[in-house]
This record gives sequence, structure tokens and C-alpha cells, in this order.
Amino acid sequence: MRKQGLWLQGMSGLGMAFLYLPIIVLVVFSFNASRLSATWQGFSWHWYGVLWHDEALLAAAANSLWVAVLSTSLVVLLGVPAAMGLERLRGRGKQVLDTIMLLPLVLPEVMMGVALLLFFVMIQWPLSLATVVIGHAAFNLPVVIVMVRARLQKLDPRLEEAASDLGASAWQTFYRVTWPLVRPAVLGAALLAFTISLDDFIVTFFVAGPGATTLPLKVYSMIKSGLSPEINALSSVLVLASMGLVGLSLVHQRR
Amino acid sequence: MADLSIDIRALVKRHGATLAVDHVSLQISRGEFFSLLGPSGAGKTSLLRMLAGFETPDAGDILIDGRSMAGVPPNRRPVNLVFQSYALFPHMSVTQNVAFGLEMKRLPQGEIVERVSATLELVRLSDKRDRMPGQLSGGEQQRVALARALVNRPAVVLLDEPLAALDQQLRQPMQTELKTIQAQVGLTFVCVTHHQEEALALSDRLAVMQQGRVMQVGRPEDLYERPENLFVARFVGVSNEVRGTLTDVDAGEGTLLPGDVSSSRVIRVSVPAGLHSGLQVVMTVRPERIRITPGHVADGGANCLYGVVETMRYIGSEWQGVVRIGESLRWTIHASNTAAGSRPVPVGAPVSLQWKSDDGVVIPLT
Amino acid sequence: MNPWSSSKEAVAAPCSRCGGWRLLGPGLLWTVLFCLLPILVVLAVSFATRGTYGGVLWEFSLENYRDLLHPLYGRIFGQSLLLAGMTTGICLALGFPLAYYIARLPPRRQALLLIFIMILFWTNFLVRTYAWIFILRTEGLLNTALMQLHLISTPLDLLYSNQAVLLGLVYGYLPFMVLPLYAAIERIDPALIEAAWDLYADRWSLFRRVLIPLTKPGIIAGCVLVFIPSLGAFLTPDLLGGARSMMVGNLIQHEYLVARDWPLGSALSMLLMLIVMGSLLGYFNAQSRQAGERGER
Repeated sequence: MRKQGLWLQGMSGLGMAFLYLPIIVLVVFSFNASRLSATWQGFSWHWYGVLWHDEALLAAAANSLWVAVLSTSLVVLLGVPAAMGLERLRGRGKQVLDTIMLLPLVLPEVMMGVALLLFFVMIQWPLSLATVVIGHAAFNLPVVIVMVRARLQKLDPRLEEAASDLGASAWQTFYRVTWPLVRPAVLGAALLAFTISLDDFIVTFFVAGPGATTLPLKVYSMIKSGLSPEINALSSVLVLASMGLVGLSLVHQRR
Repeated sequence: MADLSIDIRALVKRHGATLAVDHVSLQISRGEFFSLLGPSGAGKTSLLRMLAGFETPDAGDILIDGRSMAGVPPNRRPVNLVFQSYALFPHMSVTQNVAFGLEMKRLPQGEIVERVSATLELVRLSDKRDRMPGQLSGGEQQRVALARALVNRPAVVLLDEPLAALDQQLRQPMQTELKTIQAQVGLTFVCVTHHQEEALALSDRLAVMQQGRVMQVGRPEDLYERPENLFVARFVGVSNEVRGTLTDVDAGEGTLLPGDVSSSRVIRVSVPAGLHSGLQVVMTVRPERIRITPGHVADGGANCLYGVVETMRYIGSEWQGVVRIGESLRWTIHASNTAAGSRPVPVGAPVSLQWKSDDGVVIPLT
Repeated sequence: MNPWSSSKEAVAAPCSRCGGWRLLGPGLLWTVLFCLLPILVVLAVSFATRGTYGGVLWEFSLENYRDLLHPLYGRIFGQSLLLAGMTTGICLALGFPLAYYIARLPPRRQALLLIFIMILFWTNFLVRTYAWIFILRTEGLLNTALMQLHLISTPLDLLYSNQAVLLGLVYGYLPFMVLPLYAAIERIDPALIEAAWDLYADRWSLFRRVLIPLTKPGIIAGCVLVFIPSLGAFLTPDLLGGARSMMVGNLIQHEYLVARDWPLGSALSMLLMLIVMGSLLGYFNAQSRQAGERGER
């Protein structure tokens, strides 16, 4: 059973190649010295240099980072207690609550973006970077909840009982017993939420105010307005950043 | 030589650096109920899996009904395996599970229905034919697994620890049922177990394995009454031993000069062919062959040892005890519970242990 | 005096019920406010009328839903369903062998490959889509390479077509299919595969009679995870598609930001939402029916 047929190996090799080749190609060609991106004309860091000096781009990057940091913090502060709360609740209402809390995960992003846009217009809240943070926090919340709950479910419920049996208050139980055990999952979830926020396009597209450009929005407009080779460099940076962050999150979780 | 169902020739299997099966050769006749008995790691499961085709031997060959199985994958062998965990398909009903092998062989639908019904009747599950495995008890699941194998009428039926997962109360009746069914269908059964009593009860013949080698093959009474080595003596039953030197060997009889117990008594033994005076041997006696008499019998004759009772435990049908002979030799004894639970001999009391010279088996120490 | 009597005051038993609500509260509030409520707003607006300069006139009307019956919208919805369906099918065909292969690797290699796939899963979707633009456009990598190898003389028109959109969708959502499939295959008791083999099954029967039924929940999960986002896809058709490759996502965006017909856009969104919810309900139904069929206690 260990030896797998050639057909399977071949198909799988093809599958993995299909998944990774485009990205590899992108990264490789970001070092292309030529202006006409598709013909290789020598190795160069030139386009990365251009990126580094592009003011508008750097501003967008700063925005993206701000939004990611703020929305991730929000999501952790709201999500960890929410996950714990959901785990504790029993009864028929629980199903409904579960569905509500996990709703953003199943909605197509276009719907979320459009709904938020309408909502902000209706309550007359002007679009800005803040609305972007709110939007990100809204659809990232289930991500944290799902990951933290998964960890909580593996926790022995007797541990909390043992702590209170030994005199610990609710807060002490959390701080000394639950939190250290749940922390790796929270960290992993935070990293994931951070990455998703950095990469998000659609919801941001709909709810960003003027001047509230994030990196993905900038990439989009660059692609739409005619291709310049910086895009390859920028894409490579984004890809390697997300891969790095996600890789970290995954490795961290396996411990 | 009766109809040979399975011919295993010098089979070798390595797992990494260890030799799981070490040049094993066995012949199993058609219609036999054959068991592979041994502790875990003995190689019996590897052997079974090689018979089924899930593992390939590193050397040697397996012939089933005269045909070599080299290079033959499991789905083309005339062999069916009853898995230890039953491995019933959870998404198929009992009938569908049992019919599976026949469907794979593309038998006509009518014949499939007929054979499945007959087999379900054989294992007494006709009324559960439409149930799903998740709705059955452990014993019922096992009968489905058995039926699923039997219905194909293979040349060999393999059973991997068939009774291991059953509750104590179910084992006895299941043993009987297994034996009855095998007699009825007349197929060759090869059963792997680490349970010594079970192997003795079920088998026409069995092989005791240890660390990849066959220690002895034979009928249950051959192995129990005349073990050929210490491992078999100890694994198949309880072995009470005395070491010593063999002397006065003459016409199948001899004397044992005990080395580990000072005894002015003489120990007479029956000596198997091929052994001569001067050999270092071990004599072993089964507990039930020993007669226990309280006190020291003065004229016990040959084969009488004196000892002190160390423990005496009541297990319902009998008493089991340990008697210390001399400084460090300890023998296990069994005494029937014929007196409504009252102890046959008090703890700490002196006793005489006597047995017939025919009951003492001599095993050479190599 | 009992030496074992405790000197600590009685610790109030943690009220798990009320504690649960207090913990869940803020998160719940946030979700209700910024997810549930906005959706209700969309629902409301879908019944309103478009104002002269965009914006909303609060006059109840079913116009928008009636407009949806226009063949143009029907075509776009139909095309979206078709593309989403094809994407799901292709992802299943490609993903199953890959998932099966990974599930039977030794554990360390399994973990490695899975990490690689999961990393891709979360990498910037925009960039992954752009990679295909880079490769497929007329001055792109593929055409340049083919021309340099003198295999073609004029560049192939690969981009800005339905096929390009399909490719982009499959590429984007393949990991969503592989991961649940892998989880389902990995969970199968290997003894079952051996039992089928022992019972004379050939490879095809093994696949059809044992593997597929046992991985059905995983297959359905994977299909749902691919179908729903593909249906509402926006970026892929926007960047890789041509004038005739419009999907529902683009249509909604168009109505909201270009035509500024919010009520119509909302009606479209609600229809999309209906289809999504329908698929999900079907999925949950299938799951519970499966468990029932097995007689699982």
C-alpha cells in the first residue's frame, strides 16, 4: 500500500506543479531586468528599488499594516471570549448562535462588501480607513472563533473544575489554566487573521473611503491601468509575506 | 500425505533489521483447523498477512492447492481474511457486506442471493440481513465478518485473533460455534491467536511460534503432553521444572539427578529417543498430574518431592497454589474444589508432591 | 475539630450559563451589528426604488425582482452557475487523486505537502490571479515562450475569455477542495481497503464501491467550499474575463458602483444569497441523512 502507482504520482506531481508554478514564475520574473516583462534579460533588483521609492505604494502599505494590526487586535479581543462563551453554552439556542457567528464565513465576499457599504451609507457613517477596519473585523471574527474553539474542544474540561476546586476564581482559572493552553491557537489564529486582512480586496474595495488605499487596492489599480513590471516585484513581496506569515502560524500550531 | 491445502516453504520476512518470519516451513491439510499460537511479536500476524497477500515475503514461497502465490495480489488469491476489527463496510447492510466478494467475482445475481442466504443462515443472522453494521453487537459483527469470508468458499479462511474482542461470556459459545461451522463447511481454517487455551480447544493442529520461528507443530495433545522445548512447555500450559543430569538411560527410561534441589529421592523419567546419559536436561510436569499429600510421605517411592505451601488461591472451580521445594524451586499445583470451598492444604504446611514417571517430560538443554 | 475541614470560604460555583453569555456578548453584538444588520439592510433596499441620482427612495416596489427576470440577468446567472459548476467538477477531478495520494504518504511527507497547500490557500488571491495574467496575456510568458520556440507565429488569444476565468477559478479554489477530501480519505480505516481487496475487488470497484461512499461527506464539503465562492466570484472574472464573461459578482459590483442602482444590486445580492443558502441547506441535509443511513447511534 505504501508504493503508489505511477499514475497517482504523476497526477499529484502535476497538481502540485499547477498550484505552485505560476507563483514561482512570478517571483522569478520579478528579478527580470527587462521592461517588457516576459522575456528574460538578466537578473536585477531594479523593480524592487522602484517599489521602495514609490511614495503612494508605501503609504498604501502603511495603511494595510495599520488596518491589519487594528482589525486583528479587535478580532482577538472579541473572538477569544466569544469562542469560550460558545463552548460553555448549551441548549437549543446554541445552534442559532453558532450559525449567526459563522455567517460571514459562508457569505460570498461580494455580499459582505455590498451589505457593509449600504449599511454605512444608511447610518451615514462616512467611508474611511476605519470602515475598512470594521469590515475586516466583521469577516475575520469567525476565523478566530473556529480556530480557538477547535483548541478548546480538545481541552480536558476537568482542568477548569480542578482549578476551581483548588480555590481559583473565574479570572484566575482563565489566566493560569485556560489561557496558557489556548495561547498557541490564539496566536495561530491571530497570524491568520492578520494575513487575511493584509490580503483582502473585495470587502476593502467596497468600504474604503477616498485616500484609504490599501496594498491590494493599489495592486488592483496597477493591474487595471496597464501593467508595469513593478507589479511582479510587488506581488512577490506580498506572496512571500503571506506565505511566511501563514507558514509561521501553521508551524506554531503543530506544537 | 493428505490433500495439501497450504504449503509454506522456507518463508522469510524482514521488518527493518528484525527477522519477523525466520525460514518458516509448514504444511496444512485440506479441511484442517490450524492455529498459529504465540506471544506478540512472534511473527504469526506477518505470516497470516503473507498468506492473505498483504505482505510479500523476502524469500521462500507459499503454495495454495499446489499453486504458487508468488506475485499474486490479494484480490486474486483463493483466500479470505476475517479481520480482527471485522472491517465491515459501514455504508453497506449485512447482506451487501456478505455479497461483496461474490459481486466482485461477477457471479449471477440469482446465485449470489442464494449463497448469501445460506451463509447468513449458517451464522444465524438471517433476521439481521438488512441491518447496518453500526446497529449490530460485537458478536453479531463478527459473525457477519465470518459470513463474508465463508460465502466465497475460498480454499483457505484466515482468522486474525477471532475471539479477542469478545466478552468473556461470549468466547466459549463462540468457540463452539466456530468449530461447528468449520466442520460443516469443511474449509481449511488458519487462525492466529495468542490465547493458548483457545488454540488448544479449536485446533486440529497448531504451530507455536516465537520470534519468527516455529517452535513445535502438532496436535494439541502432542504439544501439551510432549513439548519438545522449554518455550512450548511454558507457553502451552504451566510448566513445573527440575533441572539435572540424565543418567541410566535404558530402553526409554532413565534417572534424573536433580541439580537444583537436594533430594535423596530418585526421579525416574521416560526418555525420548535420541537422548543419552550425561545430558543436561529439564524435566517438566503439568500441575494437574501432581498428587498432593499433606505432610511428608515416608515411602513415596520414586518421583516424590517435599515442599512447603506458599500460597493457595481459590478461583471457584479449583484451588491454585505455589509450593516451595528446597531453597528456591517453586511449583504450581492445582487441586480440585471438591469440598465446597474449603482449602485442601493450609498455607505454610509441608506437603508431598508425587507424579508418575510417564508424566514427567524430559527436554534437553541445548 | 476535623483537621481536614477547609478554611477557604465557599467558592461560588462558576455560573457557566451566565458566564457564557457575558463572554459571547461583545462578539455577538459585533457580528449582529456589522454582518446581520447590513444584510437586513440589503434585503430592505431590494424592495425599494432607485432615486434619480442613485441613492434610495423608500417606496415599496417589486420592480427589482421583476427586473431580474430579464433575459440578460438570466444569462449572467446561468453563466455563473455553469462556471461555478464546472469549476467544482474540475476541482473534484483534479483534487481527488491529489488528496488520495497525500493521504497515503508517510506522515512526515504528508505534513509537508499539506503545509504547502495550506499556505497557498491563504496567499493573496489577487496576486495568484495576476500570475495568470502574466502568463497568459498576448505579451505574456506562455506566448513569448511559444513564439521563441517557433511553435506559433502569432500570439494566442488566451486571456479575457470564459476559459481563462475557468482556469483562474479552478486555480484559486483547488486547495479548498483538496483539504476536506484529504481529511475524509485519511479518516478511512485502512482495514476496510484491505478487506475489499481480500474480497476480490479490482481497483475500479474499490474506488466506486468503497472509497467514494466512505468519503462522500468530504466530497460534498469540498464541493460546497468550491461552489459557493466561485458563484460569487468577482476578481477572477473581472481580471481574467472578457466582455462576455460577466458573472454575478461583477454584475452586483456594476449595479452598485457604476449604474448606482442600489435596489437592483440588492435584489441581485439577495438572489445570490438565496442560492448560497440553498446549497448550504442541501449540504447539511445530506450530512444528517448520511448519518441516519448508517444507523449511527
